[in-house]
Amino acid sequence: MKFDTPAGTNPIDRLTVVGKPTDRIDGPKKTTGTAPYAYERHDVAANPAYGYVLGAGIAKGRIASMDLAAARAAPGVLAIVTHENAGKLGKGDMNTARLLGGPAIDHYHQAIAIVVADTFEQARHAAGLIRVDYARAKGRFDLDEQLRAAPLKGDSSGEGSAAPPIERVGDFDRAFAAAPVTLDQRYTTPDHSHAMMEPHATIAAWEGDKLTVWTSNQMIAWAVGDLAKTLLIPKENIRVDSPFVGGGFGGKLFLRADVVMAALAAREAKRAVKVALQRPLIANNTTHRPATAQRIRLGCAKDGTITAIAHESGSGDLPGGGPETATSQTKLLYAGANRLTAMRLAVLDLPEGNAMRAPGEAPGMMALEMAIDEMAEKLGMDPVAFRVKNDTQVDPAKPERRFSQRRLVECLERGAREFGWDRRSATPARVRDGQWLVGLGVAAAFRNNINMKSAARVRVSGGRVTVETDMTDIGTGSYTIIAQTAAEMLGVPLSAVDVRLGDSTFPVSSGSGGQWGANSATAGVYAACAKLREAVAAKLGFNSADVTFADGQVSAGGRQVPLAQAGDLSAEDAMEYGDLAKKEQQSTFGAHFVEARVHALTGEIRVERMLAVCAAGRILNPKSARSQVIGAMTMGVGAALMEELAVDKRFGFFVNHDLASYEVPVHADIPYQQVIFLDEVDPTTSPMKAKGVGELGICGVGAAVANAIYNATGVRVRDYPITLEKHLEKLPATAMA
Amino acid sequence: MEDDAGLAISRRGMMAGSAASMALAGTATAISAEAQPAAPAPTMPVSLTVNGRRRDLSLDTRTTLLDALREHLKLTGTKKGCDHGQCGACTVLVNGQRINSCLSLAVQHQGDEVTTIEGLGTPEKLHPMQAAFVRHDGYQCGYCTPGQICSAVAVIDEIKAGVPGHATQDITRRAPLTREEMRERMSGNICRCGAYSNIADAMAEVAGAKA
Amino acid sequence: MKPFTYERARTPAQAAAAVARTPGAKFLAGGTNLLDLMKLEIEAPGHLVDVQDLKLDRIEKTREGGIRIGALVTNTALASDDRVRRDYGVLTRAIVAGASGQLRNKATTAGNLLQRTRCPYFYDPNQACNKRKPGSGCAAIGGYSRQLGVIGTSDACIATYPGDMAVALRALDATVETVNSAGAERRIPIADFHRLWGDTPHIETALAPGELITAVTLPKPLGGTHLYHKVRDRASYAFALVSVAAVVQKDGSGRLAIGGIAPKPWRVEAAEAAMPQGAQAVAGRLLAGARPTRDNAFKVPLVERTIAAVMAEAKAA
Repeated sequence: MKFDTPAGTNPIDRLTVVGKPTDRIDGPKKTTGTAPYAYERHDVAANPAYGYVLGAGIAKGRIASMDLAAARAAPGVLAIVTHENAGKLGKGDMNTARLLGGPAIDHYHQAIAIVVADTFEQARHAAGLIRVDYARAKGRFDLDEQLRAAPLKGDSSGEGSAAPPIERVGDFDRAFAAAPVTLDQRYTTPDHSHAMMEPHATIAAWEGDKLTVWTSNQMIAWAVGDLAKTLLIPKENIRVDSPFVGGGFGGKLFLRADVVMAALAAREAKRAVKVALQRPLIANNTTHRPATAQRIRLGCAKDGTITAIAHESGSGDLPGGGPETATSQTKLLYAGANRLTAMRLAVLDLPEGNAMRAPGEAPGMMALEMAIDEMAEKLGMDPVAFRVKNDTQVDPAKPERRFSQRRLVECLERGAREFGWDRRSATPARVRDGQWLVGLGVAAAFRNNINMKSAARVRVSGGRVTVETDMTDIGTGSYTIIAQTAAEMLGVPLSAVDVRLGDSTFPVSSGSGGQWGANSATAGVYAACAKLREAVAAKLGFNSADVTFADGQVSAGGRQVPLAQAGDLSAEDAMEYGDLAKKEQQSTFGAHFVEARVHALTGEIRVERMLAVCAAGRILNPKSARSQVIGAMTMGVGAALMEELAVDKRFGFFVNHDLASYEVPVHADIPYQQVIFLDEVDPTTSPMKAKGVGELGICGVGAAVANAIYNATGVRVRDYPITLEKHLEKLPATAMA
Repeated sequence: MEDDAGLAISRRGMMAGSAASMALAGTATAISAEAQPAAPAPTMPVSLTVNGRRRDLSLDTRTTLLDALREHLKLTGTKKGCDHGQCGACTVLVNGQRINSCLSLAVQHQGDEVTTIEGLGTPEKLHPMQAAFVRHDGYQCGYCTPGQICSAVAVIDEIKAGVPGHATQDITRRAPLTREEMRERMSGNICRCGAYSNIADAMAEVAGAKA
Repeated sequence: MKPFTYERARTPAQAAAAVARTPGAKFLAGGTNLLDLMKLEIEAPGHLVDVQDLKLDRIEKTREGGIRIGALVTNTALASDDRVRRDYGVLTRAIVAGASGQLRNKATTAGNLLQRTRCPYFYDPNQACNKRKPGSGCAAIGGYSRQLGVIGTSDACIATYPGDMAVALRALDATVETVNSAGAERRIPIADFHRLWGDTPHIETALAPGELITAVTLPKPLGGTHLYHKVRDRASYAFALVSVAAVVQKDGSGRLAIGGIAPKPWRVEAAEAAMPQGAQAVAGRLLAGARPTRDNAFKVPLVERTIAAVMAEAKAA
């Protein structure tokens, strides 16, 4: 099915199942521990051996020699695979660094060996017996230093965030020079780790030249393609199965070392092999969100009109990698006649940078929305009012191109009312509660919507419906919204729908990334259901185009037949997209409000209240969509207050590479979180009229936290995370005991 | 071969030398490279009661309680998130108390009663806490969820039993069953999906908590 | 993890003898830190002597009017004990500020005293560490050292003792009781229990090889207001940047021990005399000779500010 004209009324609009805050259909499995994740598939491969991955001990250089003798002789060891015996390997399209290193080492903890043994304990110990001689080479590990001579570089994150190397609209320099009120500030965000709770894990088994991997991956078709390219075998010989994914956040978009090493190990050991990347390896072995250094310049008229806006960002990556597209949102979020965005990319020999939840916008909004807060203060304007004043209903670079929906102003104003924004002191550091300084902060939320081609197969048999698609559920609620979609389309109760996901033998879906999954995957199911409806109607002898599927009945023209009488029918189709997204800009909007408190003496920071108001098209399941938003807000609090992969610039690695030292928020950090969805449908996105929310929720949160801290203390910290030492000695004087 | 040959090491620290050669074993204590026929690792019998059923195992002494459950008893509801006591996904109840099963050897649990998520309820017959998690969407990817639920059940018991917590104002009295108390005590269970606010709602409902 | 044999001892002397007799043997109590390190082969014992059956899990009154805490009393049990909550509140508060509920259920009093540093270079076997591998150098010096020590450190090691419980024990003047394989008992003042690193950072405590902790005793209660203020980035389940254990009397005198800054809970009795003069005077004396790094220089003012916060809380209490 091709979607190239805005959707009219369709069966989804009945909203008897879609749009309801439904409990997840996979909830009973997840809450009882019976949902099977990759490493746990005792049902799929008999007697698997255990693999343990050894990561490189240096960041850059070569393996001079490896001594495997002690490891080979260790009890239970079945095989060891290194670059010396892995055979020729290719590299996946989505990978920057090779997944098996050696003899050249491209980054710290790059996989250089896998030891296979009968038991996990044996494999782990034997891996420690491998002795490696390295020739260490000089690496580039300091982003600031490398950015000094880094070239301009444009890119698309592939996740809806894109920016050319440099883009100018109007004459920024002149407008900025002429502006009566200006801001020119530098902001930095550090490297972030996805830190999903399920480690990257795979069971691999060969049958002849056919390979099956049970793994944890967001994008099944990408995994198949890149595994084929890496192992240099035909795609047709590979099956990837990933029905449950224990968190991804972009860290499992791509083929990773667990899959490749398990496959190589299984081939060498001639036995199924299971592998989970050990936690201390994950931060350096896998991908991360790259650090950014950003410069923002704003020029305003005295009435608060933005006349000049420039956003430049620099980031680094391994050779052949890409930039963090942190300037992307700045092209679209605010009005302003004179604009400049630019990105620079430095080469670094740190681990591979890549997508993490809202790549581009997440760090970009952390900077931009702090700059907007600073400018509002310079102008003496309320930061909500300043944002409202500079709203635009058209793409500022192409005024003829409107937004399909844009209700940023309503998000801001509704949020301000709900949150009690009028109680905020415009002057910072004025509100105290005992030893605590209290402040309120706001930020806009913005993230583009993307639609991806997505296919599904739907079968009806005896009145029960089965949906199959290689779509994944990474915690997003895919199982449930897909079931809701099929139930609505075919007029059956939710309990009559079975959903099977994540298997590469199923039709290729959009996968989970870029907050495209909800709208795209359900639209694919819509297409397959529409086709199935035709088949059912034909079989039951309806020739009208106006057939209703409801309450388990198929009816038209006064005749009604139970769906169950259609017997066993199935249909497969995909939703494909025309150029509607080019004609109108499809984006999602929101506003974040935060109350934070800062200990006047110790500088400790705690978040007390949070509210997000989102306008993101039709909300297919308000319960799971709300969870996506609060989860993103939580990750945003982490980015604001604690998350930072600390770089050792001498040795070139992330030092805090476990979950004790890379701190992410815990229960005690997160207060009650309120989410409001504006009632919106967007007929330009798909017949579902939906957009994504999972990434919108993180965009801007960090800045809202930062702005609340500033409002509490009067100390502006522009380098994330805002840890206490960055404002400690500048806090307002207080009586010291 | 010499360890760290060519690296400039001073007592004041360690400098990264360019193009220096260094040798590293996979771990700090790796023994000499010469292959010695190694004896098989010691094994021991362990008997424990898991979810009411006695289980007799013979295990490598290195086997953690977590791996005994997941790999030997195929009770995979208990999760391995970090294997180092840093995430809480492996939380189970041992003799009624919650612990990190990753930081406990199976042989330490001879004769113990272990309750895992599978012992609390089944999809057909959910424990009230499991049902509350479903109702409040107290999870997303589901991977930390069994640990969260085991912890949640134990936290309410701990508060009722009078165990003090970091959020307790007056430690000479029993802590009240509030959201703040529960949030603090749940902090050893990380949820990267960020379902905390919903988990707090689920627990409050089960506990009949004050605001 | 290196293969190891395992036994359970029945008496403290038997346990001490078992460890003394077996090369590479270690005691195993809760195991929450030892197993963590064994998985990385930072600890690699060939034999474990499990002490859980030694019946050292009681808290009793002493003749001197204090309490004796069995070495195997769990953190949860110790924090929950009514006498501790009433008379030694700083200890309850320090314990519940540490780790997580799960870990506190397993961790023991003796094990907690013996927990090793959380220096990230110590935890990464690829990096040089004089504590892990004597003579290999210290990668933390000149590296990422935000969490590390500012005082009592050396040119060989800048790690900290990471625990909370011991900081309170230091303020309370606890004594560590031990037994060795010959059955000889010893009482070690908490002040002498943890060593400064000097040139031998791999030697962390005053314990001799095979010496087993049997109890920790506390002198009779001090009265006063008991506080523990732990400063960290996230609100829970994190090691301290700085922590302050305080017992403050009505007249403003009292005791202060500091965590997160040194190889041991840091207490300078002479500094406490300055408490009536305020936090600045106290901190100045406490931290005389501090050698912070660029990353952790903030700990110096943070100690002063946290003391100020604690003194203000004491006044308000």
